[in-house]
Amino acid sequence: MRNPLGQKVTDIKPSGIRKFFDVVSEMPEAISLGVGEPDFDTPWFVRDEGIYSLEKGRTFYTSNSGLKELKIAACDFLKRKYGLYYDYSSEIFITVGGSEAIDLAFRAMLDPGDEVLIPQPSYVSYLPCAYLAGGTPVPIELKVENEFRLTREELLAAITPKTKILVLPFPNNPTGAVMEQKDLDAIADVIIDNDLFVVTDEIYSELTYSENGHVSIAGMPGMKERTIYINGLSKSHAMTGWRIGYACGPKMIIEQMLKIHQFAIMCAPTTSQYAGVAALNDGDSDVDMMREEYNGRRRYLMHRFAEMGLPCFEPYGAFYAFPCIKEFGMTSEEFAVRLLEEEKVAVVPGTAFGDCGEGFLRISYAYSLEDLKEAFDRIERFISRLRNA
Amino acid sequence: MREKILTYLEKNSRIDLQELAIVLGEDVDRVTAEIKAMEDEHVICGYHTMINWEKTDVEQVIGLIEVNVTPQRGRGFDTIAERIYNYPEVNAVYLISGGFDLLVTIEGRSLREVSSFVSDKLSALEYVTGTKTNFVLKKYKDHGTIMTEKKKDERIQVMP
Repeated sequence: MRNPLGQKVTDIKPSGIRKFFDVVSEMPEAISLGVGEPDFDTPWFVRDEGIYSLEKGRTFYTSNSGLKELKIAACDFLKRKYGLYYDYSSEIFITVGGSEAIDLAFRAMLDPGDEVLIPQPSYVSYLPCAYLAGGTPVPIELKVENEFRLTREELLAAITPKTKILVLPFPNNPTGAVMEQKDLDAIADVIIDNDLFVVTDEIYSELTYSENGHVSIAGMPGMKERTIYINGLSKSHAMTGWRIGYACGPKMIIEQMLKIHQFAIMCAPTTSQYAGVAALNDGDSDVDMMREEYNGRRRYLMHRFAEMGLPCFEPYGAFYAFPCIKEFGMTSEEFAVRLLEEEKVAVVPGTAFGDCGEGFLRISYAYSLEDLKEAFDRIERFISRLRNA
Repeated sequence: MREKILTYLEKNSRIDLQELAIVLGEDVDRVTAEIKAMEDEHVICGYHTMINWEKTDVEQVIGLIEVNVTPQRGRGFDTIAERIYNYPEVNAVYLISGGFDLLVTIEGRSLREVSSFVSDKLSALEYVTGTKTNFVLKKYKDHGTIMTEKKKDERIQVMP
């Protein structure tokens, strides 16, 4: 029999921390700080809207680009929250979560040899998706001394004549880093001068704790026409399992992304789309409540890190902290495995998000304060044992 | 700051004050002082415990009594409400718009205890013109808290 597999897919390395995930799954009694989704239930009125749509028998496909009401609701949301202006009829379509939008952006824009700049540590799917789309992923190693923001110098150093796309994954999973206005100002002209396109994944935009709130590069002069803006309801409205995201951008690119979406996906789940309309139109106060709650936990975490002397820069976005564990002379994975075995606390090794995550851990605070307290007592016990050994 | 403190205390009045201060990003002395002030001003009127009596051996019957009264000249409903709420058996008294005047909640050990309170004491009060007693069969949610089992975390434990 000949090889049933294509070259590209087999080229992709399986995640290096698969082994760690396997260990965790066999320890259901462990306290986990490893989850990447909100602990809140989807607000009831949103779930109710989903149920209602099923009762009404709305079980058919929607148009490929999604329900008109949902596209309008998303455009209104972007205008209201971030001052972004997109035309619902030609510059947006609804995807199956933000993840699909990432994949489609690469597939619509890349030719073999095109380089895609991917700041790391970052979410695991940019690199394989860029590769599968025929591009050449080029990681940019972000630095803790810059609070894991992308700097002008780092960007300039990574650009070659083949660079086509810059991925901007902020607010960032796993570091919690954000790009503020001044940070975006510093890179915008580099992007324009080098004629790059931006794929900005702002799925955590509503979970921003800095004073001035979230800003999007898509709203800056000269950027809209070269930016694919990706967002969704998963993190903001606690709707991960509903799988609703959206992509916005210039008509010319959106049309081609939609073409692939039409052939591969058909449309995002109908029930979820109806629920999504309610979430975007009437969910602002729920989002505010959740943000406030995360922010309180974030402050608690920073306090505990300071108390136990574990260096961690202050994250202003998402629901993750990214403390440094280099002092213990272990790899992130060794540390995580031992913490799991000895204190039954699961965290994710920083290396799951790129090689430059070595020496760091991703700690999620999408947990109740009560759970965080118990988990941090255990972590504190663990590291004081290591220090006294 | 008051609103933020109250939001937390309403959900968990046993929260450690040091912890509350950290979560709010405030100084612990200020938080303590603010809570004290709110207690003095009766903004915070008490710290109670949510109990699911169904899970204990204690029998408990809750009656919701709709009461019609004749308001008094110059004092409206306040005097009659006071005469009702001073009974220790009475758990809550609300002035209601609609089909009746006062809603009185009574907690007793048995149906008889509640009904005899209504017939002997409540109905006998001057200005009370009528009562209608409703017994609670099951409590699903109280003070924003769902009374059933704690929900299990069904999320996948580790996810990038």
